[in-house]
Amino acid sequence: MEFQIFGLGILTWIVFIPIVGMIIVLLLPDRNSNAIRWTAAVVTGIQVVLAGTIFAIFDRSKVGINDAESFQFMEQFSWITVEAVPWVGRIEINYFLGLDGLSVLMVMLTSLIAFVGVISSWNIEKMVKGYFALYLLLITGMMGVFVALDFFLFFIFWEVMLLPMYFLIGLWGGPRREYAAIKFFLYTFVGGILMLLTMLALYFSVAYTDPATGQSVHTFNMLHMMNPANYVDGGILSGVDTTWRYVAWMALFINFAIKIPLFPFHTWLPDAHVEAPTPISVILAGVLLKLGTYGLLRINFPMFPDATIYFVYFMAALAMISIIYGAFCAMAQDDFKKLIAYSSISHMGIVVLGLAALNTQGMVGGVLQMFNHGIITAVLFLAVGVLYDRTHKRGLYDFGGIANQMPKYTGIAMIGMFAALGLPGLNGFVSELFSFLGAFEAFRWIAIISVTGIIITAAYILWTIQRVFLGKTPEQLLVLKDLTPREYLAFIPLIILIILLGVYPAPAIELMNTSLSHLVEFVNNGGR
Amino acid sequence: MVEHTLHSISLFYPEIIIVVTLCVIIIADLVVKKKNHTAGWILMGGFGLAGITVLLQAGRNESVFYDMVAVDPFALFFKVLLLLSGIFIVFFSVNSDELKAYKSRIGEYYMLLAGMMLGMLLMVGSTNLLLMYLAFEVTSISSYVLVGFIKKSLRSSESSMKYIIYGAVSSGVMLYGISLLIGITGATDIYGINAALLAGVDQPLILNISILMIIVGLGFKITVVPFHFWAPDVYEGAPMTIAAILAVASKIAAFGMLIRFFSVSFINAEGISAAGVWQIFDALHWDLLLGAMAAMAMIVGNLTALMQDNIKRMLAYSSIAHAGYLLMGVVILTEQGISSILIYLFIYLFMNLGAFYVAMLFSNKVNTESIEAYKGLGHRAPLEGVAMTIFLVSLTGLPPTGGFIAKLYIFGAAISAGWIWLVAIAGITTVISLFYYIRVVRNMYFFEPETGAKRLHFTFGSKIILLLMLIPTLLLGVYFTPLLEFAQSSIKILGLN
Repeated sequence: MEFQIFGLGILTWIVFIPIVGMIIVLLLPDRNSNAIRWTAAVVTGIQVVLAGTIFAIFDRSKVGINDAESFQFMEQFSWITVEAVPWVGRIEINYFLGLDGLSVLMVMLTSLIAFVGVISSWNIEKMVKGYFALYLLLITGMMGVFVALDFFLFFIFWEVMLLPMYFLIGLWGGPRREYAAIKFFLYTFVGGILMLLTMLALYFSVAYTDPATGQSVHTFNMLHMMNPANYVDGGILSGVDTTWRYVAWMALFINFAIKIPLFPFHTWLPDAHVEAPTPISVILAGVLLKLGTYGLLRINFPMFPDATIYFVYFMAALAMISIIYGAFCAMAQDDFKKLIAYSSISHMGIVVLGLAALNTQGMVGGVLQMFNHGIITAVLFLAVGVLYDRTHKRGLYDFGGIANQMPKYTGIAMIGMFAALGLPGLNGFVSELFSFLGAFEAFRWIAIISVTGIIITAAYILWTIQRVFLGKTPEQLLVLKDLTPREYLAFIPLIILIILLGVYPAPAIELMNTSLSHLVEFVNNGGR
Repeated sequence: MVEHTLHSISLFYPEIIIVVTLCVIIIADLVVKKKNHTAGWILMGGFGLAGITVLLQAGRNESVFYDMVAVDPFALFFKVLLLLSGIFIVFFSVNSDELKAYKSRIGEYYMLLAGMMLGMLLMVGSTNLLLMYLAFEVTSISSYVLVGFIKKSLRSSESSMKYIIYGAVSSGVMLYGISLLIGITGATDIYGINAALLAGVDQPLILNISILMIIVGLGFKITVVPFHFWAPDVYEGAPMTIAAILAVASKIAAFGMLIRFFSVSFINAEGISAAGVWQIFDALHWDLLLGAMAAMAMIVGNLTALMQDNIKRMLAYSSIAHAGYLLMGVVILTEQGISSILIYLFIYLFMNLGAFYVAMLFSNKVNTESIEAYKGLGHRAPLEGVAMTIFLVSLTGLPPTGGFIAKLYIFGAAISAGWIWLVAIAGITTVISLFYYIRVVRNMYFFEPETGAKRLHFTFGSKIILLLMLIPTLLLGVYFTPLLEFAQSSIKILGLN
């Protein structure tokens, strides 16, 4: 599809406009905090507009996944090409972006959450310039991962996120921020190295024949990596169901499981969430975790269909443990942010359970849950942020009777909490239902056990509502004021989506249905 | 005969220029007032001129002085790197406060630098064991003196002493190995050794021992475990500029010599396949030996670096670890491995010199090399702090910096050659390395400067030099086609292909 703005494709714009914003921010004088904030707001605002444009003109009937022809908004330029030397052949790295039904929803989510994040960052006063520069760099990294179709590019974007996140947690975070920041960094870096090694092994195992010259070319192009015909003889990952393929799948899975995070790789998340400032928690839970599940879908599933099928029960079991364990841990917390962090682990478990089902319902449910969970946790973290800004407390027992004092705030926060609980009519219900339906069809007992996680979720959410919002207002909380217009601005788009997608999820499902059905078929047929 | 000599001299201009520069510096030191870094600028000119003559040798692939020195693309690549790092080191020296106290002797300092450069240029070109040894010693002896240049500092003298003792023993062992090798093959040039080995040698044990002994000497120069013990002490005691040249230039030269020596002497040149995979002689598994050393260097270097508080010691252990990564490329025994070493060295030059440079700037201002004392420096020196962060991140190997590309190619070469266990170790130790590199960053940024601490001001010139290293470090992370092409065209080692 030809859709260009000033000669550059829309995806290049949506990915790199934050970098432009970052440069502007860096050039602005230190003291001019408001100009810096507005730059960030305008830049992320433009992203939202671009994402809206994409939503409007995205062709719902095109497949994508492994078919280069049916990707949309595609941009492909040769980036690094080194001509043939006998011992390596041609080296090729492409600047290759494209959207299909799998990534389009994630692009919407990222732009929306990024915008909301900027609004809720408005009251950051410490080193404003550095904060927004890093923030915008982070957005570029996340957006880039979702649209990259070249593994090398994907990896670059993936790793670009690390350093900004490290600083954002470590400089603007809470009391134990240093510990949380380095823990986050180390965990994800371990994953990154695993992915790097697997990426290289794939690179040397895959070569396509250039139709123009007949040369055999090693490539990082993901679509070529998905085609079993491109595996070279004697490559380490060539063949089907070999040990090395299982090892490679596992290395990639661990990388993504750290990001998701799945039990037992989840321990960085509660620390990072608790220490991170509110907007960064929003980004972290809203978008960053989805990178993990997105990576599974974009890389593990189509590139290693054999290993994916082999490890289906393993994935489902980890997902089940995450759901239940996360929910129980959430119940045990008395820190509001930690509670949401553990609930994220539990809800991301549902995503993985849906994906592992390897059928259309499960897959659609999983991807929709990625989107919904992003929206819902963003609301929840914003809600905690509102209380924290006013009282500098996060303990669940520090509050009570907020409903009397801040009725409008309570209304909004309750919508978020009920959506997290999976109340019918709100978006969480739809996606959880689909995920469990898919899982039930694929592995009954795991699904049945996992569903009990919902009950625990209901318990801790209702208990939290009771502790925080209901009851008698303590005297020191009687001074609290209700939401400011800026806070409304952050909440309202999210709340609208929660209700809209709860009542009428079709627009979201239509976006991805074609691609995901194809992906399911593709994986189940072993990549053919 | 005269013709050959004259032709040889015409291809020997870089070395001759360095020698002339050396003499000019000695005379200038006697004549010119010693207030300024006159000698430094002369040396810079000499390096620049030598660099130009090196570039004019592009495309040459011949042996000069009766198989003493090779002028080939491989040597050219290394000479470019060496002269580039030499120029940077002169820049550093001009900006160094440490050396200011020794203005009256600064001529000697630059003269010794010229001597060291001469030795290193010869190291990467020489194809005769005797010349190799001589070049090796010229480099070493100049650097022994340079390490102890700060006479009044006990630490500096102590480290020079340690360096001499360690260096002398290592090169003695190496010389013994060389003599054994010459004894059983009857040749002093590496082509002759290769021919003798191809014809068959009936002394595999002695051959192995001699290789082991030569590795001791080379291992000392590239600071690979277990010959690394000198490095932290010497780096710590030496002036920052000399620590930097030891970590970068002398390591580059030693790698050049090591690769040429091993690949030409101990490879069955007839057995090189079209895919560039080498075949080694049956009796000699020097690849495994070097592989084990690489693994140890990565493990020991990275783990020990975790515990260092002195930035120079930390960078010393980090350079040991990097020697391990580099050695991986030799172990692989493919042309791809060699080209990835070249890529790595090129990037390593900028990022490691950069880290040393910022450390030097900081020690000029706050007069300490302790990482603990870096607290808040990022806020007090914004550009330098960001630059240091980028250099360290690049040393870790995170994209989008050059260090990532370097690791990518080394790891890739190792994976495609099937050395999975070695890559696994490299991967794990890379993660470990993050921890100590990022600790510096943490100290710079995660602490507020002490109250009353002022912003640090650096001269405009020093910022330009910083950018000269920072820009390539970043640029090579996103666009590296020219480097790849340069490296791939430079793997032509004379006598090998």
